[in-house]
Formats: sequence, structure tokens, C-alpha cells
Amino acid sequence: MMNKRMNKPILDVSGLTMDFGGIRALDHLDFDVQDKEIVALIGPNGAGKTTLFNCLTGIYRPSSGDIQLVCPETGEQTRLNDLKPNKITEKGMARTFQNIRLFSRMTVLENVMIGRHCRTRSLILGAILRDRRTREEEQETVNKSYEILEKIGLAGQVNEFAGNLSYGAQRRLEIGRALATEPFLLLLDEPAAGMNPQETAVLVALIRQIRDEGHAILLIEHDMKLVMTLSDRIVVMDYGEKIAQGTPAQIRTNREVIKAYLGEDVG
Amino acid sequence: MITVKGVTPIDGISAFRRLFSCKKNKKIICKALKRSLLVSLWFVFLTFPIMVIKVNPVERTVSWRWGNIFYVAIGSFVISLLAKAWLVRKERLAARQQAAACPARDSIIHDLLQRPGYRYPLIILFSGVALVFPHLFSTYQANIMTTALMYIVLGLGLNIVVGVAGLLDLGYVAFYAIGAYSYALLNLHFHLGFWAALPIGGLLAALFGVLLGFPVLRLRGDYLAIVTLGFGEIIRLILENWNAFSKGPSGISNIPRPGFFGVEMSLDQAMIYMYYLMIGLVILTIFVVNRLQHSRLGRAWLALREDEIACQAMGIDKTRIKLTAFALGAFWAGLIGVIFAAKTTFVNPASFTFMESAIILAIVVLGGMGSIVGVILGALILILLPEYLRALSEYRMLAFGAILVAMMIFKPEGLIAGVRRTYCFQGRKNAAALQDDE
Amino acid sequence: MDYFIELFLSGLTRGSIYALIALGYTMVYGIIGLINFAHGEIYMIGAFTSFIVATVLSIYGFPLAAIVVVAGVAAAIWSSAYGYTVEKIAYKPLRHAPRLAPLISAIGMSILLQNYVLLAQTSDFLPFPALIPEFAFMEPVAHIIGSSDLVILLTTTVVMLALTLLIKFTRIGKAMRATAQDRTMALLVGINVDRVISATFILGSALAAIGGLLIASHIGQINFAIGFIAGIKAFTAAVLGGIGSIPGAVLGSLVLGLTESFATGYVSSDYEDVFAFSLLVLILIFKPSGLLGKAEAKKV
Repeated sequence: MMNKRMNKPILDVSGLTMDFGGIRALDHLDFDVQDKEIVALIGPNGAGKTTLFNCLTGIYRPSSGDIQLVCPETGEQTRLNDLKPNKITEKGMARTFQNIRLFSRMTVLENVMIGRHCRTRSLILGAILRDRRTREEEQETVNKSYEILEKIGLAGQVNEFAGNLSYGAQRRLEIGRALATEPFLLLLDEPAAGMNPQETAVLVALIRQIRDEGHAILLIEHDMKLVMTLSDRIVVMDYGEKIAQGTPAQIRTNREVIKAYLGEDVG
Repeated sequence: MITVKGVTPIDGISAFRRLFSCKKNKKIICKALKRSLLVSLWFVFLTFPIMVIKVNPVERTVSWRWGNIFYVAIGSFVISLLAKAWLVRKERLAARQQAAACPARDSIIHDLLQRPGYRYPLIILFSGVALVFPHLFSTYQANIMTTALMYIVLGLGLNIVVGVAGLLDLGYVAFYAIGAYSYALLNLHFHLGFWAALPIGGLLAALFGVLLGFPVLRLRGDYLAIVTLGFGEIIRLILENWNAFSKGPSGISNIPRPGFFGVEMSLDQAMIYMYYLMIGLVILTIFVVNRLQHSRLGRAWLALREDEIACQAMGIDKTRIKLTAFALGAFWAGLIGVIFAAKTTFVNPASFTFMESAIILAIVVLGGMGSIVGVILGALILILLPEYLRALSEYRMLAFGAILVAMMIFKPEGLIAGVRRTYCFQGRKNAAALQDDE
Repeated sequence: MDYFIELFLSGLTRGSIYALIALGYTMVYGIIGLINFAHGEIYMIGAFTSFIVATVLSIYGFPLAAIVVVAGVAAAIWSSAYGYTVEKIAYKPLRHAPRLAPLISAIGMSILLQNYVLLAQTSDFLPFPALIPEFAFMEPVAHIIGSSDLVILLTTTVVMLALTLLIKFTRIGKAMRATAQDRTMALLVGINVDRVISATFILGSALAAIGGLLIASHIGQINFAIGFIAGIKAFTAAVLGGIGSIPGAVLGSLVLGLTESFATGYVSSDYEDVFAFSLLVLILIFKPSGLLGKAEAKKV
């Protein structure tokens, strides 16, 4: 799946450091993500993976270092360090959350429609007058959201409250909601956590499909089987540092990695 | 057909018999009785000094009101039993629902409103009653109804901020005061008429909403609550003390009533005119608020209420969304402020205390946060009931406080929960049809 | 110079009263993260209970010392009982509810208690009996500091010291600190969190009651509405010092008391309450973590 623009990353992180008081959660981290690539971020608990996600998406402000996002279509380059989370999403990077954060008292469809917010424009007057442009925009929002729900297999539950969905469905809805923001890079925080094998299989197919439709994916995951089958490249973290990176085959045999996992069977 | 949730008198009796026939229930009831007895003893102790003893420090006499012990004991016993019964029922309902995996039903009113066969007749019936109301009853009644209608609009305005966007604004009365004073002052200094002042009052309140909102909206929920409370008090204290500007505690009088193309009106006519004006404004408010709630903006507000961080991560500029909610909420308060000044022809700071904000909050909480029908019902209950049950009006504020607590504990979604728009998709995506409710 | 000292001392007096109330806010916030809007009302009920008990006793001709002790103890007992009950009714059932719910319930409680006292007693201002006599030895400095100021300062200092010792060294104090740091963890190590929360409410209410007694006898009159303003001011003090921090609440209270005293003494007394509210708004906007508080990290 490597393509020709191999040496032109869409996400370029260099020297990223995050301190909380006296604790260094991320220590001069360097890595990148290429266009239409699936990169997995692994490491023991507390390695700083979710902190990294929070830095990338603007929820934390990194202490030092540089995060650059490059739009693969326009080539527009943005430094993300000081941007607010919503600006970063607008730039084309969206995320899901490890502990599901759906809008549980809104319907499934509405959850996805929220994702369309930053791609639509209508405001107060439009809402009140419901002029032609607003109606068309609203219709488009509904249609696109429905398409996404079909893709993630939730088209039958559009009017259900998100909080009433099964666990696996909620995780898929989180992905759908992120997709609705039209990202070129999708950040998934433990998408398979708590899923049974059938649900995981559906998820793997879904992630593949999303990549094939032109999105790059950066994911945190503990399910090693999923990571090894799915990812093009793996970045391994421990104690806030990057200890290895490479293809699944390279990582499988990497001594540092095996040591970090204390002999855990990563095959 | 619509059945009133399967309750007939016979059902009630047999349910009662069933309640006692089951051994498990007997145990629960005995336990609840014992607990309620303890609760009532505790309340007798708790309320003893304040309920029983009353001293007159000037004449140096003490009156012991022993009878009150009795009321407290009975009252707390009954309330404690009812509370327990409600919680048990709620638990069982929840368990049954989970077992049957059926979604919670909408309220009867929404049920009715959603059936095309009932929706329009109902709306026509309501508007018919509303139109002839002042002619069926006295002007005095119409006047009370006008007040209730004003609170409906205030409630719907605050509902945007608290109910939909989830921002607890305890200084809502400040915007109401700004509207009232802007009409009073503009009229005093520039002889501006009602119709010119109406939009100005609304916009000025919205502007203040933005000005206040800008610095405070990044605060967490509870801090926001107390800052808005402080803001409300600051506005009132300024109005009270800045004599040169607002004429201080004595207020501004002789504010003209709204005109109608220069027609001279008697007091009665003016009141009836005011009533129709409010009917018009209520309809406008419902229309606008309903459209706002089911728009891109309304969805963003709801998302904000549900989860601020996720909302931001979905690309929503949370500051901007909060500001619009705040400004739009303030706008309605400003409008009603102008109308209040015109209706009473007099404003002074004493009309704009925290208690006013609390009443409006109680309306929203009782009716149902985020629910338009609920807020209307809430306003009608809370404003009309104390008017018609004069004996109870003394206990008005006590009841409002109790309502805020009780609703949060027993029925946080309010009397009538808000409903979300549903969509039905016929087969393929392009045939997405919209279906409105509320 | 005398005027300055007078203002300074009256500011300290004010501040120490605020501190007694602010501690209740800060302790409750530290443990369950809730602004207990009804706390001002607990203080008011403390003042009312001591008023009723003191007046009854004085009518029946008890000596002053006995009146002071019994009124103080009664105020503390009943305020604590109210604080405990408020928590059980209005907050405990909402511990896992959305964040708005306990706040609304707290506001409801505040309104409820205010109107309960209004209906059961009166809406008039009531003259509070002078519980603190004018000491003869204070005569030479009476133009700068009154006897009741002295008593307030001394009482508050003693109470603060006792509270510090209680929190540092007793079992329940340690449990409180543990619960404030991490409720789940405290639960896991076997601390009865419900009991800790109740104890916090009882302790905070008792402190407020002492404050109620002192200020009522200092000012000489009470009314059902005194809790509202006092509550907001004490809350301002708690936020100023850094909510959740006990030394912060004391520091914030003193700063607020002095600010108010000087502002009303040198600027204008018309806007006495506006100073406090403006201060509150400004701190929350510019330094919500307060003087001694620590900034919270968002948990995602």
C-alpha cells in the first residue's frame, strides 16, 4: 500500500515533549504518517499514547516540539501546536476517544450530523428563515450522514439514541462521527477495546475500507493481532519515548519492543 | 386509539391488592414505613427551633407552637413514603424496559402532536381558546394570562441557554432588566416609543449577553453559574445606586403603554391589546425557537450540553456556539423586559432580583429542559397556579425551591421531555424525508 | 492613622467571619466538587437558631455566660443537622447525575430554606441580643476596635487551629484528605466515603453556625435573607484563595474582608456588595485557580 509520495508525510511530529508539572509524559518524540497509510501506535499502559493524541488534537498544549499537518490535496502546511481542537479538526484531522464520548442523548444520525458542522455554514438567520440554501445544506448533511451510517452498518438505527446502542456499535458510531468531518487523517484511540471477536472482525474490515477510500489512519491499539494484520507501519512507545518503529515484521522481532513488553508474546 | 396509559379505577384497585398479596412487596412496604417513621422523627427534631418556637424580642414573649410538630411529622412521613414509592416504581419500570428492550415512550402530549389527525385540531383548539380568552373572562384574567405568556417567552429564552446548551445562567434577570430599563430610559430621555424600543431592548440585551459571555464562557459549568449570578446582582445594584442614571430605588414611572396606530385606548382595551400582543410574541418565539433547536446551530448546542470536549473535537467552535446561545437567550429576556416596562408603566430595581431568575429557572426545570411544550406547560403551572390558588401564593417561592430539588431527584427530564427530530429513509439515501415534531 | 487601623481591624473581623463560612464551601468542594449553594442558608439558620435560643434563655433570665454557650452549641448542632440533611436529600441521590443536576438542586435547596425560615418565622429584621459585653479593659482602644471584634478574632483563630489539628491528625481528618485527593481510591482502600462526605457537611455547617452567631451578635440584627449575600461573599473568598484549599479559604477571606473594609471606608459604601461581586467575576475570569489553588488538568 505504499504510494509514490512516500517521502511527503501528511503528519510530521518532531521533538514533541509534554510535561505535567515535574512529570515528562512525552519525551522528544519524532514520527510521521504518510498519505493513505495505517500507522499503529503501541506501547505498554502509561507509555503516553493517549497523551500524544491529546497533544496532536489540541486538547493539551505541548511543552515543546513541532506538529505539522500537510493536506495531501492542496499541499497546505499547518503548524498545529497552538491551534484549538476545533481548528485542527477543520484542517482535516479527526479523532475518536478511548472512553466513548458520544452525545448519548442525541440520535445516532444527529451524532454523525454534528461531525458535518465544520463543513457547513448556515447560521442563526438561515435556521430561522430556512431559506433554500439552508434547506439544501441540511438535506446534504442528512444524506451524507446517512451514507456514513450505511458504511458503518448503523443505517437501521438512525433514530435510536446513541446511548442505547451496543458497545461495538457505539465504537463504530464514534468512527462514523469522526469521518463526517471529512478528515484525511483519522486518529483512533483503542477502537477495538472491549469488542468481541466478531465485532473486531467487522471493525478491521471497516478500517481497511476507510483507508481504501483515501484516509490515512493513526491508531492506538492493544489488540496485537489487529495491529499486526492491519498496519503498514508501527511506532512503539515506552515511558514517553519512541523506542522503535517499522513494519509489523520488523517490530515482531525487535528486542527493545520485546523487552518493553517484558517478554509478552507479540507474535 | 390513545389510552391514558392503561389506568382505570378497577386496574387501580386490583393493583393495590396485588401490591399487598406479594410477600416481597410486604417486606418492602414494612421497611419503607419504618424508614419514613424515622425520617419524620428526624424532621421533628430538625425543625423544632424554627417551626415551634417563635420569640418576640421586643415584648420579650415566647410562643410555643406545638401544633407545628404534628404537621411536620405527618408531612415528612407522607413525603418520605411517596418518594420511596416513586423510586421503587422507577426502578421497576427501568428493569422492565431493559428486559423488553423497548424504547421509552414519548409523553402523551407529544404523542398527540405527532399524529396528523390530532395535531391540527389541537392547534386550532388552542389558538381558538387563546383568541377568545379575554372576551370569555374578565380583563383581570386576561392580565394574569398576559403575565403567564411573558413567562412562557422568558422560559423559552432561558431554555435555549440552560435546557439546550446546558449553560446554567443564574443571572438571566439581568437581561430582562436591561430590556426594561432601555425602554424606560430611552423613553424618558428621547421619547422613544414602544415599537422602536422593542427591538432595541432585545438587541441591547443580546449585546450585553455577548459582552458578558465573552470572558465568562470558558469557565466550567459551576463557575459560570455563580459568575452569572454575580453579574445579575451587579446590574441590580448599579441600577439601585447610580441615581443619576437610573433614578435609583424609586425607579422610573409614567412609561407609556404600547400604541396602536395612534388609537386612544381605555385601560381595559390597553390590557386586552397587551394580551394579543403577547399571544403574537409567544407564537413568534415558539416558531423561532423550534427552528433554532432543529438546525445546525441547535444540534451544536445539544452536543455542547452532552460533552464539551467531544463537541470541540468534532470541529465545533465552542466559544462561538456558547456566545450565540447566550445572546439569543438574552434577546428574548430583553424583549420581555421592554414589554414588562410597558405593561406596568413603571420599573424599579426591586423587580429584578435573583428570585426572578430562580422562577424562570424553575419553569424550565419543571417543564423539561430542552422541551418547548414542556416549558410552556411549566410557565402556565408555575405562574397561574399561585394566582388562582391565592391561599397557596404565600408558599410560592418555597414550592419553587422544592420543585428545583424534587425535579432533579425524581424526574430530571421534566414533565415533558424534549424529543429529537426523527428521520425516515425510504430505501435509498436520496429519498430521505424529514419529519418534524414539536 | 487611627482610621486606617480601624479599617484594617474591621476588615480582619469581616474576613474572619467570611473564613468561617468559606471553609464550608471549600471543604465540600474539595471532596465532592460541588458548589453548595445552600451553605449560606445553613449559616443563616445557625444565626436564627442562636437568636431563638438566646432570646428564649434571656427571657427566662439565664446568666449571659450560659446563654452564650447554649446558643452557640445549639446553633452548631442544628446547623450541622441541616447541613447533613441537605446533603442526604439534595446531593447524595445526584452523585452520578450530569453536572448541572446537583447545582440546580443546590439552588433549589437554598431558595427552599430561605422561604422556610421566612414562613416559619418572619420577614422582618429581628434585633439580636448583645451576647458579647463591652469589656472594661478594652476602654482605651474602643475607638479603634470593639470588644466583639476582639472576640470574633480570637474565636476564629481558635476554631481555625482546632480545624487544622482535626484535619491533620484525626482519623476522619485523614479520611477527608484522602477522599479529597481521589474518591475512587479512597473507596478502594476501605474508607466509607459516604460517611466522610456527611462529616464534611456537618463540620462545615458547624463552622458556619459559629460564624452566624458571631456576626449576628456583632451587627445586632438578623433576617431570613442574610445567607444569600454572605454565602456569595464567602464563596468569593473561597475562590479567591483557591477553592478546595483550606489555607486558601482563610487567606482569601482575609483579603476580601480587608478589600471591602478599605473600599467602603475610602471610596464609597453604596457599592459595598458590588466590590465583592466584581472581585468574584474578575478572579474567575483571570485566575480561576485562585491564590493558593492548583490548576486542574483536564481528564480526557
